[in-house]
Amino acid sequence: MGMTMTQKILAAHAGLDKVVPGQLINASLDIVLGNDITTPVAVNEFKKAGFTEVFDKDRIAIVLDHFVPNKDIKAAEQSKTCREFACSHCVSHFYDVGKMGIEHALLPEQGVVTAGDCIIGADSHTCTYGALGAFATGVGSTDMAAGMATGMAWFKVPAAIKFNLTGKLPSNCSGKDVILTIIGMIGVDGALYKSMEFSGEGVSSLSIDDRLCICNMAIEAGAKNGIFPVDEKTKEYMEGRCERTPVIYEADEDAEYEKTIDIDLCSILPTVACPHLPENTKPAKELSHIKIDQVVIGSCTNGRMEDMEAAYKILNGKKVADGIRVIIIPATMQIMRECIERGYVTAFMDAGAVVSTPTCGPCLGGYMGILAAGEKCVATTNRNFVGRMGHVESEVYLASPYTAAASALTGYITEYKEA
Amino acid sequence: MNTQGKVFKYPDNVDTDVIIPARYLNTPDAKELAQHCMEDIDKNFVKEVKDGDVIVAGWNFGCGSSREHAPLVIKTCGTGCVIAKSFARIFYRNAINIGLPILECVEAAEEIQVGDEVKVDFDTGKISNLTSGKEYMAQPFPPFIQNIIKAGGLLASLKGESKNE
Repeated sequence: MGMTMTQKILAAHAGLDKVVPGQLINASLDIVLGNDITTPVAVNEFKKAGFTEVFDKDRIAIVLDHFVPNKDIKAAEQSKTCREFACSHCVSHFYDVGKMGIEHALLPEQGVVTAGDCIIGADSHTCTYGALGAFATGVGSTDMAAGMATGMAWFKVPAAIKFNLTGKLPSNCSGKDVILTIIGMIGVDGALYKSMEFSGEGVSSLSIDDRLCICNMAIEAGAKNGIFPVDEKTKEYMEGRCERTPVIYEADEDAEYEKTIDIDLCSILPTVACPHLPENTKPAKELSHIKIDQVVIGSCTNGRMEDMEAAYKILNGKKVADGIRVIIIPATMQIMRECIERGYVTAFMDAGAVVSTPTCGPCLGGYMGILAAGEKCVATTNRNFVGRMGHVESEVYLASPYTAAASALTGYITEYKEA
Repeated sequence: MNTQGKVFKYPDNVDTDVIIPARYLNTPDAKELAQHCMEDIDKNFVKEVKDGDVIVAGWNFGCGSSREHAPLVIKTCGTGCVIAKSFARIFYRNAINIGLPILECVEAAEEIQVGDEVKVDFDTGKISNLTSGKEYMAQPFPPFIQNIIKAGGLLASLKGESKNE
């Protein structure tokens, strides 16, 4: 029996010819990532265990993104811990205010991660990088500390679910609608411990931003990782960008999958996940009675350039509905600069929205858009758990940038229809 | 190793945002964070939990964020063990790495009730409900993971390995 893409990458990094699902392996790591919340805990564990050196200063990425620019004194202390650790170990991929972006938008953009990599990150959305054909998975701070010290991590080789994509998305849908549809179909533990492997002729129609968004939310189905094959679009994206040479793996013809799920992209509808689980999905058009108070467009899921383009397409020359707070957060400094240069920021402000520098901010209820009791928000973020964006009695509806921007104009959940 | 205590019971898909809300994550201090453990779904948990008590929950316990603060606050509160039908994978890994005992047992998670007195033996995986008199056997950990637990967590086990080299 052959191996899946994930299994091949893991085998190569464990120095083995073959691995099988369930096998426990020790794999070498290409990148070890942490942020301003998880790194301080890792630094503490690293020191407590008596480690004094990192395995490779060029293979560690520390990104300050959750609470920066520092939201309060405690957050400032956490950033300081990260900064001091990065400086003392000469960590080359340290991203502070001015250079930072939301980690999972930043690392692909800056070419820090590439195809064929084996990556751990102390952030659950590390699975994003599977879009480039890498194995990437979220871990905790102790795993990050061990990874920084040894360059290795243990894994249980995952079984796989194959998603066979066909057709092409309707023009009012994006990768977000695809992954929300899938999570609605299989549930928040539908891929628990497994890898979600996307394939089929439909892949080529999806942009890299769509693929990054789809892999980003693999964790919301409980998956260990999500992964796309490397095609011409991936190669074009990586060309001249990635600092290390991509290594391209393909699933064997006879690779074993626990099941195969066919997804016809033509049939995808604008989809919304209702409170309080990402699996509570409904077509946006069935929710037009839900009155909202706030819209957030941003996050590691949907703060990329195509997401900004979608928001601009809908908001340009229009006004947001009275009483609706609209917060737009480009995910990296490069995306923010491009939004300024293309006139998007002016258009967003003219429409009545605010634009923030990159931050995870409201997505995890940190700051920059916290909800009061009873308030409802349509957000392009990734989780709608109880209290996720503020008060325990507030509600988050997860949607694509198209649906979020269209809802901003009406004040109700609204399916975007092209004029 | 074992624990004995009173049961707190929770449903399926208890996420890390309710175990420890992100609004408090501006500090890595476990004792400070532990004051907010479970507060978004059970305000009384922190007031009532005593050393050795047991959390019993449904499927996919600990889903969501990778924050290690989640198993850490549960442990810091004094909780002796979490029994669930299943665990989200990052939580599972984090719990082992920091030394919070966890056990998967569908039948026990189904039948044990709030307030029951439960005794758990981690070496054998035996769960005894002292209130109902019923006993259950949880899935044992693979030897690889048992070694991490015996060493006192991942970093301690790595240190042990490097000493042996």
